[in-house]
Amino acid sequence: MLIAGGSTALVVLAIVMLVPLAPGWEGVKASFFSGEVFAKTFPKLLKAFLWDMAIFAWSVPLIFSLGLAIALARAVRSPALFPLRIFGAAYVDIFRGVPVVLVIYLVGFGIPGLGLPRPWNSPYIWGTVALVLTYSAYIAEVLRGGIESIHASQRAASICLGMSERDTMRYVILPQAIRRVIPANMNMLVALQKDVALLSFIGPVEILRQAGIFKSLLANFTPYVAAALIFLCVTVPATRYADYLMNRDRNARS
Amino acid sequence: MPGAKLSLRGVTKSFGGQAVLKNIDLEVTEGEMICLIGASGSGKSTLLRCINQLEPVDEGTVWLDGVDISEPGLDLGPIRRRIGIVFQSFNLFPHMTAMDNVLLAPRRVLNEDPQSLRLRAEEKFARFGLLSHKDKYPDQLSGGQQQRVAVIRALTMRPEIMLFDEITSALDPELVGEVLDVLRQLRTEGMTMILATHEMGFARELADRVCFIDGGMIVEQGPPNQLFSKPKVARTQEFLKSVLR
Ligand SMILES: Nc1ncnc2c1ncn2[C@@H]1O[C@H](COP(=O)(O)OP(=O)(O)O)[C@@H](O)[C@H]1O
Ligand SMILES: [Mg+2]
Repeated sequence: MLIAGGSTALVVLAIVMLVPLAPGWEGVKASFFSGEVFAKTFPKLLKAFLWDMAIFAWSVPLIFSLGLAIALARAVRSPALFPLRIFGAAYVDIFRGVPVVLVIYLVGFGIPGLGLPRPWNSPYIWGTVALVLTYSAYIAEVLRGGIESIHASQRAASICLGMSERDTMRYVILPQAIRRVIPANMNMLVALQKDVALLSFIGPVEILRQAGIFKSLLANFTPYVAAALIFLCVTVPATRYADYLMNRDRNARS
Repeated sequence: MPGAKLSLRGVTKSFGGQAVLKNIDLEVTEGEMICLIGASGSGKSTLLRCINQLEPVDEGTVWLDGVDISEPGLDLGPIRRRIGIVFQSFNLFPHMTAMDNVLLAPRRVLNEDPQSLRLRAEEKFARFGLLSHKDKYPDQLSGGQQQRVAVIRALTMRPEIMLFDEITSALDPELVGEVLDVLRQLRTEGMTMILATHEMGFARELADRVCFIDGGMIVEQGPPNQLFSKPKVARTQEFLKSVLR
């Protein structure tokens, strides 16, 4: 503990002392760490961040609904529904295999390009669709992993009581599976919160775009630093919380 | 045999080319208690799982009250309701209290007034000495208590036959007695039961008939006195010698 604290202090001290000695420091300081620009742009950036929060907030239920549907499609047992399994597998492969930003470009520029009338050409809608398509594929995989981690004897016990496959999934398997994958899903949500900023490429004036506007206007990079700080305020506690849940689960099981 | 509650005719089952049940014939009359004994791997669990159609049979038929329940394509829910099963490893649902474990299936499946259902369940908890534990989660209960909850859960479906698959094998020795007592009680109530068991003393005390299974076949069967005292078949003698040492 003492050693860890001491060595950390030493590293911090070295950075604080040595970085300013670099030849370009004065320039970097002025264009990245200007207190004046920070104070001037921060309130508006915070306001733009509300868009990130809003897009995040309405995407999450859509992502979980679609993710759950895909996971269930992949878990069906009846041979008659085999095509559903294929579809689920293909969906997951495709949307996990393409970079998010590409999906955002293709959906965000491609679909409004069909000449849809307002409000159906809104980048908010199609940006959300792109995020939902990609993230539901990831969540589906997480959920499927959870479903498969529930021992077959649980299904057997339920079926033997005369319950249907459907009720067995709903009341016996899913509640356990979802509980088991909460930490993994928390990490997904942190990643999503950051990826919302990618929608800046297709139009919405959320925080990254707002920072870009300020950068052009003021010829200064400080707004990006401010935006990074705002993200950290949300993502660091969320990540820590996910780690806490994960550790708690691990301890509970061992 | 007319009037048989359950009959198996020529039941055969293999897993990946390995024959696990070979041409099993078995008749069970109402109120009868049958114990299946045999070395582990001999096919006792598979036999029980073929009776309630948890495993489809490869060949042969299983009849319940004169109806072939092994016919492919049947809706198995209503059939399984009539045949309760309790497993070696309890298999309670860990995310539900003992009471919710018991109530889940009857609520979903039986058309019973919730109030009377709950009363019926509480009565069973009381009868098996578990009333004060009904709101606990499985991981707050001992193995013996969990297994008794599993029995209550199966019984609350009002089954006509109960299957028990080595239900005391996973328990610490001092907890075996409380679970066997439950079986004794069911016996006095006249429940039709088939047990796979390693408890030879118990089988001897309570069974109407004991079946010795070896290599997926019923090698010998008879009343416990006869089978335990003067087994006719050499393999039965060997098996009994090894377990009754
Ligand atoms: N689902 C299964 N898949 C493959 N083999 C199985 C399966 N269930 C049982 N077996 C095999 O069938 C044989 C009989 O098993 P089981 O019925 O469990 O015997 P017992 O209950 O008498 O110990 C064993 O050799 C076992 O490995
Ligand atoms: Mg067994």
